[in-house]
Amino acid sequence: METQSNQQVGTAVPPAKTEAEKSLSPFQLAMRRFLRNKLAIAGLVVLAFFIIVAAFADIIAPHSPTAHNYYNIEAKASSEHWLGTDSSGRDNFSRLVYGARVSLTIGFFAMLFTVVIGVILGSLAGYYGRWVDGLIMRATDLMMILPFLLLILTIIAIVQSVSITLFITIIAVTAWPNLTRIIRATFLSLREKEYVLGARSIGASDFRIIFKHFLPNAVGPIIVNATLMMATMIILESGLSFIGFGIPQPTPTWGNMITEANSLRILENNWETWVPPGLAILLTVLAINFIGDGLRDAFDPKSNQ
Amino acid sequence: MHKYIIRRVLQFIPMLFLVTVLVFGLAKAAPGDVLSGEMLDPNIPHEVLEQRREALGLNDPIHIQYWNWLSAVAQGDLGTSMQYANRPVMDLIQARVMNTVYLAIFSLVVTLAVAIPIGIYSAQRKYSLFDYGATTFAFLGLATPNFFAGLLAIWLLSFQFGWFPAQGTTSAVGLSGFELFVDKLRHLVLPGFTLGLASTAVYMRYMRTEILEIKGSDFIRTAHAKGLTKNSVLYKHTLRNALIPIITLLGFEFGFLLSGAVITEAVFNYPGIGTLFLNSISNRDYPVIMAINLILAVTILLGNLLADIFYAVVDPRIRYD
Repeated sequence: METQSNQQVGTAVPPAKTEAEKSLSPFQLAMRRFLRNKLAIAGLVVLAFFIIVAAFADIIAPHSPTAHNYYNIEAKASSEHWLGTDSSGRDNFSRLVYGARVSLTIGFFAMLFTVVIGVILGSLAGYYGRWVDGLIMRATDLMMILPFLLLILTIIAIVQSVSITLFITIIAVTAWPNLTRIIRATFLSLREKEYVLGARSIGASDFRIIFKHFLPNAVGPIIVNATLMMATMIILESGLSFIGFGIPQPTPTWGNMITEANSLRILENNWETWVPPGLAILLTVLAINFIGDGLRDAFDPKSNQ
Repeated sequence: MHKYIIRRVLQFIPMLFLVTVLVFGLAKAAPGDVLSGEMLDPNIPHEVLEQRREALGLNDPIHIQYWNWLSAVAQGDLGTSMQYANRPVMDLIQARVMNTVYLAIFSLVVTLAVAIPIGIYSAQRKYSLFDYGATTFAFLGLATPNFFAGLLAIWLLSFQFGWFPAQGTTSAVGLSGFELFVDKLRHLVLPGFTLGLASTAVYMRYMRTEILEIKGSDFIRTAHAKGLTKNSVLYKHTLRNALIPIITLLGFEFGFLLSGAVITEAVFNYPGIGTLFLNSISNRDYPVIMAINLILAVTILLGNLLADIFYAVVDPRIRYD
C-alpha cells in the first residue's frame, strides 16, 4: 500500500523512525492487529474449511447433487447416503457439499458486484459533491424506502425467470445504497485534507486523486463492509431460495435444500435433510461476521465494538 | 426545533411523490397486463382484448395513466386483484393486515422486553458468565436466517414438545372472548419470537454498549459522588440516556418487521400481508404487489418521520440548524 508515502507529499519530512516502524503501512499495521484477534482467526479457519469443501466438491461428494431416484425418496441416513435423500431421492450430503460451492459463489459475487457499484457511486458523490452528490443521494433515499427484500421480490416478479447471473445482478442493483453512503461519507471527510490540496495543486487529475489518494484511505471501511455484506448476501440467497424465488431447483444451494422442510412430513421426520444446510449457513455467516468484526477493530482501533 | 420539525415534514412530501413514481414505474415495467395472463381464454379474439384495453385506459400515455392511478389511490381505490377473481385489492389487504399488525406488535414487545433487561444486566456485569452468554446468543441470533430459526422452533417446540401451535392464527372455530384471545396469542408465540430474533440480538448489544459508554461519562461520576444510590443512578441517569438512540432504531424497525414478516409468515403459514405478497409475486398479481409496496413504503416513511421528530423532542442536546 502506498498510503503512507502519499500522505507525505507536500509536508515536511517527518522525524526519522526506526527501521521496523517505517516499513509498516497502516494497512500492514491493521493486518497485524487482525491476526492477534482469536475470534477472527477462528472465523477465518471455518470459512477456509467451507471454501475448500466448495473447491473440491467433485472429489468430496459421493453422488451427483442433481441425480434423482424416485425409488428411494426421503431415505434416512445410511452408509450409502450419509444424510439420507430428499423428496426427489437426491443425495443430501452431496447437495450439501455442492451447495457450499453455489451459496459461497453467489454470496461472493453478489457482494463484489454491489461493492463495485457502491464504490463508483460513492466516489462520484463524495468527490464531486454538488448536483452529482444530490442526485446520487436522492437515488439512495429512493432505493432505501422500500425494504430491500420487497424490492428484490418485486423485481423478481417482473423478470419472471431467474438465472444465477440475473439473480446476482438483481441483488447488486438493489443493495448498493448502504455502501455508497459509507464511501461518500469517508470521501467527504478527506476532501478538505491538505495533502489532497497539495495533490491538486501539482496538477493531479480527478481520476488520480480518487484512486491514489481517496480510495486507499477508504480501504478500511470498504473491506469491513464488504466482508459483513457477504454474510448478508448468503442469508439473503438462502431466504429467497427458501421461499422459492431464488436460484431455481434442482441447482443445489443451502437455501434450496431447506425448502424441503416446507413439507411438514420432512420437517418432522427427516431432520437430516434440512438441519445440516441450516447449520452450514449459520456457521458460515458466524465466521464471516467474526472476520468482519475483527477487521473493523483492526482498521479502527478506537472503535471498541 | 419547530423549524426542524417543519422542514422534516416538508422533506416527507417529495419522498412520498418519489415513492408513488417508483411503485408505479415498477408496476409498468412488468411484462403484460391484466389482459395477457396465462389463465386467459386463448379463443378471445385479439380485437376484443384491444377494446377492453382501450376501455381500461391501458393505451393512454404514461403520465395520464400515472395520474389516473394516483387519483384512484388517493380515494382508496387500489384496483382489483388478478389472482382472486377481480376482488378489490383493498378488501384483500383489509382481510389480512391486522394479522400482520398483531404479529409485528407482539414481536416488537417481546424484542424490547427481552433485549433491554438483558442488555442492562450484561452491562452491569461486564465480562461475567451471563455477559458472555448474552453475547454468544447475540452472535447466534444475528447469524441464523430467520426462516431456519422458525423451522427449528416448529420442529422442537411444536412437533417434539407440543408446546405451541405451528401454523395459522387460530386452531379451533367457535372459540370466543378470552379463550379466543389466548388461542391467538399462543399462535403468535413462535412466529413472533422468530421475527424478533435478529432485532433482539441487535438491541441487546446496543443497550450494553450504550450503557457502558454512558457509565464512563462525567455526569454519572458526579451522580455517584453526590451520594445517589446505585439504582437511582442506573434508572434515572444512565438508562434514560441509553434509551434515546433506541428511538432511531425503532424508526427503522418498521422496515425490518415488514420485510421479515414476508419470510416468517411463509414459514408459519400465517395469513398476513407477507403471505399475500408472496402469493401475488408467484401469480404475478401486479395490482396487489403494487398496493402492498405502496402501503409499506408509506408506513416506513411515516415511521422514520415520527422517529426523527420524537428524537428531536426527547433529546434537547441535539441542535438542528
